[in-house]
Amino acid sequence: MSDPPRASLTELIAGLRARRFSSAELVRTYLERIDQHQGALNAFISVTREQALKDAQAADRVLAAGGGGALTGVPIAHKDIFCTQGVRTTCGSRMLDNFVSPYDATVVAKLRAAGAVMLGKTNMDEFAMGSSSETSFYGPVRNPWNPALVPGGSSGGSAAAVAARLAPAATATDTGGSIRQPAALCGVTGIKPTYGRVSRYGMVAFASSLDQAGVLSTTVADAALVLREMAGFDPNDSTSVDAPVPDYVAQLEQPLAGLKVGLLKEFFDKGLEPQNEQRIRDALRIYEGLGARLTEVSLPNLPLSVPVYYVVAPAECSSNLARFDGVRFGHRCENPKDLQDLYRRSRGEGFGAEVKRRIMTGTYVLSAGYYDAYYLKAQRVRALINADFIRAFKSVDVLIGPTTPTPAFPIGAKTEDPITMYLNDIYTIGANLAGLPAASIPCGFVNDLPVGLQVVGPHFAEARVLAVAHAFQRATDWHTRVPQGYA
Amino acid sequence: MSAWETVIGLEIHAQLATRSKIFSGSATRYGAPPNAQADLIDLGYPGVLPVLNGEAVRMAVKLGLALNARVATHSVFARKNYFYPDLPKGYQISQYELPIVANGVLEIVLEDGSAKRIGVTRAHLEEDAGKSLHEGLPGVTGIDLNRAGTPLVEIVSEPDLRSAKEAVAYMKKVHTLVRYLEICDGNMQEGSFRCDANVSVRKVGAEKFGTRAEIKNLNSFRFVERAINYEVERQIELLESGGKVVQETRLYDPDKGETRAMRSKEEANDYRYFPDPDLLPVELDEAFIAAVRATLPELPDQKAARFAAQYGLSAYDAGVLTASRDYADFYESVVGEVPGHSKLAANMVTGDLAAALNRENLDVSTSKISAARLGGLLKRVADQTISGKIAKEVFEAMWNEGGSADEVIAAKGLQQITDTSAIERVIDEVLARNPGQLADYRSGKDKLFGFFVGQVMKATGGKANPGQLNELLKKKLGS
Repeated sequence: MSDPPRASLTELIAGLRARRFSSAELVRTYLERIDQHQGALNAFISVTREQALKDAQAADRVLAAGGGGALTGVPIAHKDIFCTQGVRTTCGSRMLDNFVSPYDATVVAKLRAAGAVMLGKTNMDEFAMGSSSETSFYGPVRNPWNPALVPGGSSGGSAAAVAARLAPAATATDTGGSIRQPAALCGVTGIKPTYGRVSRYGMVAFASSLDQAGVLSTTVADAALVLREMAGFDPNDSTSVDAPVPDYVAQLEQPLAGLKVGLLKEFFDKGLEPQNEQRIRDALRIYEGLGARLTEVSLPNLPLSVPVYYVVAPAECSSNLARFDGVRFGHRCENPKDLQDLYRRSRGEGFGAEVKRRIMTGTYVLSAGYYDAYYLKAQRVRALINADFIRAFKSVDVLIGPTTPTPAFPIGAKTEDPITMYLNDIYTIGANLAGLPAASIPCGFVNDLPVGLQVVGPHFAEARVLAVAHAFQRATDWHTRVPQGYA
Repeated sequence: MSAWETVIGLEIHAQLATRSKIFSGSATRYGAPPNAQADLIDLGYPGVLPVLNGEAVRMAVKLGLALNARVATHSVFARKNYFYPDLPKGYQISQYELPIVANGVLEIVLEDGSAKRIGVTRAHLEEDAGKSLHEGLPGVTGIDLNRAGTPLVEIVSEPDLRSAKEAVAYMKKVHTLVRYLEICDGNMQEGSFRCDANVSVRKVGAEKFGTRAEIKNLNSFRFVERAINYEVERQIELLESGGKVVQETRLYDPDKGETRAMRSKEEANDYRYFPDPDLLPVELDEAFIAAVRATLPELPDQKAARFAAQYGLSAYDAGVLTASRDYADFYESVVGEVPGHSKLAANMVTGDLAAALNRENLDVSTSKISAARLGGLLKRVADQTISGKIAKEVFEAMWNEGGSADEVIAAKGLQQITDTSAIERVIDEVLARNPGQLADYRSGKDKLFGFFVGQVMKATGGKANPGQLNELLKKKLGS
């Protein structure tokens, strides 16, 4: 068993239960690491030091009395998109710079109920709109593997924090790849469960039909544990699914012999960098070695994912973000002269460029005369993509391929060209459009930068996706690599 | 003027009588301090989500069944996007393309007694907005979100109405119906029942509708009638003087009795409707709809037909008595006290009782005379203890001072005189006191018969049995 900070969350729980260290000691260790590296990484927007120490001491009392839940005393970080009662919840935006949430998101409440101790709130692209964590009002997050590079986004703060071992695990959200892409770029494990598996209540909405919460951690086993505690039906979220949550941890060890792995033809396209492709091919050979059978499958409509996504997501966001009007909470401009002025300046000042771009795009595609041509058509294509996936899963158990076309790119490299930035999510968006569970795990390096392997499963097959990803981590040690300076 | 035909369609908003709001657990009580009934969901806080109130769905289904409409097994909530301070989320959740109720029909009775069927295009569920407050807030606008998220059903008629009177008859019919169904309290002053009227005029015989104006937020039957009449005249004058009606939203000013332009359609919002991704489609199965059907009460038309048949009432009386469930139940309780005298009971309930209630602005449920006591009064009319005329006096006494009919009759000595010899004695006295009139009568002035009746009644304090009096007097005078 390794010690913090190299230890996995599962190991930390064992250490706490064996009284090898206290929760207070553990939390202090992580808070110190945050202090030490926050300046270099900018992974956190808020650090809830006092509350964390208090909660850790309470956890120690519970543990001393022999009690506790699955996560009692374990520190975790929350993406700043989750509402946390009494704690600032900014969503990476000036608009919510002053917003202290009066309530906890269901995810936050569930993890607290399981005993987890919150270290703080992680940095992110503004309102989760971005693939590089550069659009945050609080400045860009840096990649622990190379501070000149982006960590991916939008959950870049959570991914960087886990990669740098500033937290053993962190919550995150994924609308078009916002968990998996930063997991790939930071060399950590991330899972986005099936749409409806985890409650969206208390998650600041970006695109309601695509948003789904998940976990970033260093191992699949840790992700399985945290996800098990987060998941489940929530009467406060009509789109959450009322189905029992399997014990993902108990189902991790499954033999892969005979597993039918589909290789998506469309994922091995010309956009995929040859060296990245090589890491993926290497990983597939390992799966073959574990007994899996590979077959190529084609999803003919999948190449339309990006355009479909950039109609549906902005459309929903344009409506979801209408509530930020300067009236009841959030940023309000100085001395508005009338109602229109209040709206225009509060929103003009409160939102950043990328958010405005998407609000305008979304407003356009929903407008009278354009609705049919854009929104309605996009929804039809979305249904076709979903049907493609369902057909594919009739012949294969999982789909495996790259998470991203390239490793991490330099900060500023794509900010001037939104289309290039959007293409970063080309392999991840499909799972969001179809609502499928998908994970990204480290599978090697290109030029000392981590590469992510994506595993996609059928609806509600999180247990299978996790078991397949876990088998890879049993056979390899890519996930144990820690960036230099953070060991 | 007769060359023009009026075309009206109404959009009625009825507030559903659920305990909590349509998408949150906040109470819907009227009159709470501002924002006391607005939770995080009503305030549109970041991260909150709507959860549909099943009771609102059940009520809408009830309405659909009562309107003989098609109740959709699949309906969808959409977002209607626009910015306004009383709309916290920046969109209103409403049903758009797929409403829960479609293709209904309601029959109204016209002034000449004939019936007319009015089509109901659709009825859909939606949330109400809050309201802006200006009074007592100089220089600023307050916002009260208590009403935000209150469940509404919007009932949209076909453009089948041809006059303000028809519009009012239709609106009253819907009002009666929603109260029968107990899905809306119908309180118009509190805004629980209000309507928008789409009004246009066209030349008689024209096929195409004229350009319409929409008069918003009419919250009394009187305003509906006046606003439509004003608007019709305005449009006709405009057209006859060579002008054109502009499609626009107008407001009725009850103080001035006129409608005024609010905003024209050109500046109207593009609402960018799209299905709300936070809510699943409403899927109803036939078993659920059948279960709701089983809870339907006897509806106004059914009840009126039964009253006419069972109690031998005119269509008019039956209609009046079934205008509300309480009123109809009251009548039936009264009849229960005096079986076989349903017509007598109808006259009393629609006459003296209605007048007294109206005078004091009371509802039948708060009547000062209970149905049992009113029945007791009618019993005394039926057994001829008192005459119909004395009954009015007893009614007033019961109303003002309380007590049963028998108590009032005894205390005031109002019992009818039915003793033939006693009445004859009075007749003789009257004839003896008025020899001149007697002589005139005998010489052919028949009209003086009434004079003698009056004199006898006066002498007996109105207590002589009128039938007996007539008979006895005829006999005396004829002899």
